[in-house]
Amino acid sequence: MSATTHGTTPYYYVPAESRHPVMAAIGLFFVILGAGQWINGHEWGKYSLALGLVWWLSVLYQWFRDAIRESESGLYGRKIDLSYRWAMSWFIFSEVMFFGAFFTALWWARSHSIPALGSLDNQLLWPDFKAVWPSAVPGATGSPAGIVEPFETVGPFWLPTINTALLLSSGVTLTIAHHALRADQRSKTIAFMWLTVLLGFIFLCVQGYEYYHLYTEANLKLSSGIYGSTFFMLTGFHGLHVFIGMLMLFFITLRLQKGHFTAERHFGFEGAAWYWHFVDVVWLALYVLVYWM
Amino acid sequence: MSAVLDHHGHAADHAHDSHAPSGWRRWVFATNHKDIGTLYLLFAFTMLMVGGVLALLIRAELFQPGLQLVNPELFNQLTTMHGLIMVFGAIMPAFVGFANWMIPLQIGASDMAFARMNNFSFWLMIPAAIMLVASFFMPGGAPAAGWTLYAPLTLQMGPSMDAGIFAMHILGASSIMGSINIIVTILNMRAPGMTLMKMPMFCWTWLITAYLLIAVMPVLAGAITMTLTDRHFGTSFFNPAGGGDPIMYQHIFWFFGHPEVYIMILPAFGIISQVVPAFARKKLFGYASMVYATSSIAILSFIVWAHHMFTTGMPVTGQLFFMYATMLIAVPTAVKIFNWIATMWRGSMTFETPMLFAVGFIFVFTMGGFTGLFLSMAPLDIQLQDTYYVVAHFHYVLVAGSLFSMFAAFYYWSPKWTGVMYDETRGKIHFWWSLISFNVTFFPMHFLGLAGMPRRYADYPMQFADFNAIASIGGFAFGLAQVYFFFFIVLPVMRGQGAKAPQKPWEAAEGLEWEVPSPAPFHTFETPPKLDVTATRVIG
Amino acid sequence: VQSLPGGPAVRQLNLTSPATKIAEEQHFLHWMMLIICAVIFIGVFSVMFYSIWKHRKSRGAQPASFHESVAVEVAWTVVPFIIVILIALPATKVIVAQKDTTNADLTVKVTGYQWKWGYDYLNGEGEGLSFISTLDSSQRAMSDSGDVSQAPADYLLRVDNPLVVPVGKKVRIITTANDVIHSFAVPAFGIKQDAIPGFVRDTWFRAETVGDYYGQCSELCGKEHAYMPIHVKVVSAQDYTNWVGEQKKIAAAKLDDPSKVWTLAELMARGEKVYAANCAACHQANGKGAGPIKPLDGSAIVLDEDHAKQIQVVLHGRQALGMPSWSQLSDTDIAAVVTYTKNNWSNKTGQLVQPAEVVAQRGK
Ligand code: HEA
Ligand code: HEA
Ligand code: CUA
Ligand SMILES: [Cu+2]
Repeated sequence: MSATTHGTTPYYYVPAESRHPVMAAIGLFFVILGAGQWINGHEWGKYSLALGLVWWLSVLYQWFRDAIRESESGLYGRKIDLSYRWAMSWFIFSEVMFFGAFFTALWWARSHSIPALGSLDNQLLWPDFKAVWPSAVPGATGSPAGIVEPFETVGPFWLPTINTALLLSSGVTLTIAHHALRADQRSKTIAFMWLTVLLGFIFLCVQGYEYYHLYTEANLKLSSGIYGSTFFMLTGFHGLHVFIGMLMLFFITLRLQKGHFTAERHFGFEGAAWYWHFVDVVWLALYVLVYWM
Repeated sequence: MSAVLDHHGHAADHAHDSHAPSGWRRWVFATNHKDIGTLYLLFAFTMLMVGGVLALLIRAELFQPGLQLVNPELFNQLTTMHGLIMVFGAIMPAFVGFANWMIPLQIGASDMAFARMNNFSFWLMIPAAIMLVASFFMPGGAPAAGWTLYAPLTLQMGPSMDAGIFAMHILGASSIMGSINIIVTILNMRAPGMTLMKMPMFCWTWLITAYLLIAVMPVLAGAITMTLTDRHFGTSFFNPAGGGDPIMYQHIFWFFGHPEVYIMILPAFGIISQVVPAFARKKLFGYASMVYATSSIAILSFIVWAHHMFTTGMPVTGQLFFMYATMLIAVPTAVKIFNWIATMWRGSMTFETPMLFAVGFIFVFTMGGFTGLFLSMAPLDIQLQDTYYVVAHFHYVLVAGSLFSMFAAFYYWSPKWTGVMYDETRGKIHFWWSLISFNVTFFPMHFLGLAGMPRRYADYPMQFADFNAIASIGGFAFGLAQVYFFFFIVLPVMRGQGAKAPQKPWEAAEGLEWEVPSPAPFHTFETPPKLDVTATRVIG
Repeated sequence: VQSLPGGPAVRQLNLTSPATKIAEEQHFLHWMMLIICAVIFIGVFSVMFYSIWKHRKSRGAQPASFHESVAVEVAWTVVPFIIVILIALPATKVIVAQKDTTNADLTVKVTGYQWKWGYDYLNGEGEGLSFISTLDSSQRAMSDSGDVSQAPADYLLRVDNPLVVPVGKKVRIITTANDVIHSFAVPAFGIKQDAIPGFVRDTWFRAETVGDYYGQCSELCGKEHAYMPIHVKVVSAQDYTNWVGEQKKIAAAKLDDPSKVWTLAELMARGEKVYAANCAACHQANGKGAGPIKPLDGSAIVLDEDHAKQIQVVLHGRQALGMPSWSQLSDTDIAAVVTYTKNNWSNKTGQLVQPAEVVAQRGK
């Protein structure tokens, strides 16, 4: 079914054939091909990766452009709005499970593998290993084989705490923006959206600075045994999600400036906001489990 | 368009063009759920052939002791890729194909909720499949660590392991998007009057399956991501020297893996729950308890994963917990089996091919379920773990379970898809040939397993020779049966050869899919149909 | 071929005949399950086939219209539930017994290597004994040849050094692994315990009768997974004592004086044996390696003047590349095999590595 030409909202809009899906898949083909080769030492891999990413992103751009056009021309009825709500909720649920895997890894390492490696029985293999989690005692590396260079662990002060404050306030500014949108105060909405994006951006800068500091001064690296592995994996994937969330908010703000969304109907906005709050909650979990404990 | 569709199809008087797009664009750029369903099914069947050829190579090597055809490295690659391709390339996509075709038809929706994303889910599988198959030609060959990809063996694999990991990421993304699509379609697009508790069982089982998929595919992604960083970026998740633990991989994997096996059987339960009532000419017995049983299986599936790990050396409390929880799953499954039999009871049965496969399913799946129960008994599993007993168990539930249910579904619904009837005699030949050769292949594996023959072995002691030879012969016969199926049943109906199918070929079949003509027109239910109180008939 | 006592029998249909109490319990559990399941199976499917027979349209059956019955549905939920509890009870008893590894008379550490087993007697009579057990190489070659017409009854199960234990004594097995996960399994004893790198796990058995018992590695561990059998020789207390005495003598003789200075010819002769027994499985007899496995012939590290590099690789392995650590080999063996690789094939360096150099590198 092609787009309706006479402007009434169909019961449930079904887009016409589209080349975006197959093109996006081709882009991702080059991404995985390139990534897989590059990490195995084939230099050409990175060109394939870059090509694939650019390709994929440009397809996504066109895809979203079409969707936005359809939305703005009134093709999306109430039903579709509800579909998007369901979809976004389930997508966020899948993300929760994804982070769940890494939080599980942290929990398992702390409360199972490290204690087991240092247990009485395991002295047969690692006679000198003391089962302490690196953040519990200075100097501990959590490496039974002693293959990990000494490193400093990260506590909550001060960068992570500042970051917590940044993210929490970004949640607040976002909510203010949302209320403003609902009250049809567009310029206020836009102002607070920019503020939210900015807070997210500062968060990433602080995070980047922290990484830089850890790598250069604290000697804490991805390769610093299980502590470094879980630390960087959790914070790194969280950072990536902040980045994605920030991009979402950024584009939503641009759309607001273009006059998209209405006080009543603005699921694009809400979806991005849900995502942002989800990223926020993950951070709180990280803040407690990774930095405090 | 037929008369049936007319009274609602034109009611809204849209300006849309209802002709089907043509040429390659119709398929490559498809947004139509039926076309995408067809694509999924063709893809899955191709992968079944690829995975099947790998299986036959395994069986050929194991036909007699000694290495005649492949070296042990290649053997492990064959086993691994056979498992991966069958699970992720054949069984799962095939069920998604059935879901695409049937769910919108069954609930009276015009299409899937997100038509473009639907096509994206499909096309994502192609790069993944290419990567997987191409991995055979990479230096060091394909991944050879088993479909379970246990660390630290995966850390020793060559570059193809990374290709495999990325392929699985992409497949995971595809599954998640597909599942979101299915859930949203079911929750949001049912025709008015079709309450959840009036929904066809196939939709119910897929709703729950999709939920399982969204819950566990990301967990698998997490596990293999850790494998990837352990391989290339110096992390120590699974490396004890750095404080990690290989067993952690297994816990995370099986937290995915066990729900995964139910992902591969719940839609099958749904199919059987549609087919049995149609041919017993009687309503499904205990509809509500079927729904509750399916949900219980799904919920329990999250707390039994470590029954795959009884030999890793868990504390006794762990063994007991996982043993009890696993055994409990027999209860809701029992409810399902009994309900099907009660549906047949005092019905008025005929045995066209779909029903044959459904009855075959119930019979043989139960045997697989029972062997599962043997395995769930931890002290006994100590003997059977990683032997051919396990291989027998899961082929009973996967081949005679999932695959047979798909055959049932194909025979049941293909008249609706293609507008022609398959050849009944050939269908029966396919059924009996498959059923017998299946058992010849896999029944002897129980004995091998009890006698202690380990799985993933390229060569084995002489005493195991006879049963292996029988299994190999059976395997080739079973493969040939599927070749017959393709050339003599699938191809003819795809070409439209055969008697014209009536709108409702099965006199007692229920459901909205039988309210549209055969073959189902390109667009159906563009405006929501009005349903009668049972939500199985369109009344205007 | 014939059946192998203590190993698989020809066309064996059930579990291997038990040699321990636990294995007997497993037999019991298996029979119990078999009977219960068979009864349920026959019950359930008699009903189904009766219905198929009786309620066919072709026999004029008219469909009934019932489709619900709370009473029946509750009943067939509760009954399976009760059955499940009944089968869980005896299983619970056996698990608890299986897991009780306390008060062992003899403790043996079993280490899985790619692809052989290492046995270290840790506690009890024979303490201190330590050896490696590999598949008979002629059987390995027979497997490759594809022609098994001459295969003996213990095809793929014969090893050079079986694990020897006394009868009637509780033997605790501590498993671990050096590279990837393996699994130590002996069906006649009813044991199977994964051997996990970096961690120890344990299990136990008390063999009731003297004899030979066989098992095979039961966790996929790479290409030679099918070729790392387990052979346990259960002997009388007296024979065991004699065996221990003998082994101690051999071990003492083997313990070469690491300060001894060897000639090239001596080292080459010895190195060839060490290579064939340990290295050839991966690096191949021609030293060319295979697939991801690095060639030694022409390798820069092997040719290097600095012996330390190669000795370190041999001692500590290259886990990422799949090369295990060989530190369990004696200093003389390592010196011999390193010398061998430095002077074999096209590698004609003339370099000589003495055991003392290995001793020096061990500390580092
Ligand atoms: C479709 C897939 C599928 C299904 C449905 C099942 C169903 C079950 N499975 Fe299976 N399983 C697999 C696929 C599946 N499995 C795979 C792929 C593996 C191997 C993975 C690998 O290692 O590669 C595996 C391995 C596996 C193991 C690990 C074995 C090992 O490695 O040592 C265990 C152990 O508990 C197990 C148990 C069960 C049980 C208890 C069920 C139950 O759900 C069965 C319930 C059904 C019944 C019991 C029959 C019907 C009931 C009645 C007629 C009622 C009356 C009965 C009683 C009251 C007793 N399975
Ligand atoms: C998910 C579904 C699924 C399906 C459908 C199958 C189907 C089959 N499987 Fe598979 N199998 C698995 C899932 C599946 N398997 C898994 C998960 C594993 C574990 C992997 C692991 O250990 O990691 C496994 C492991 C496995 C093993 C153990 C390997 C080992 O441990 O080393 C064996 C051995 O016999 C086997 C055999 C077969 C056979 C003979 C079939 C047959 O049903 C196949 C039938 C063949 C076809 C459908 C192909 C059609 C034929 C052609 C196109 C050409 C025909 C030509 C001629 C006949 C001349 N399978
Ligand atoms: Cu060692 Cu398999
Ligand atoms: Cu399971």
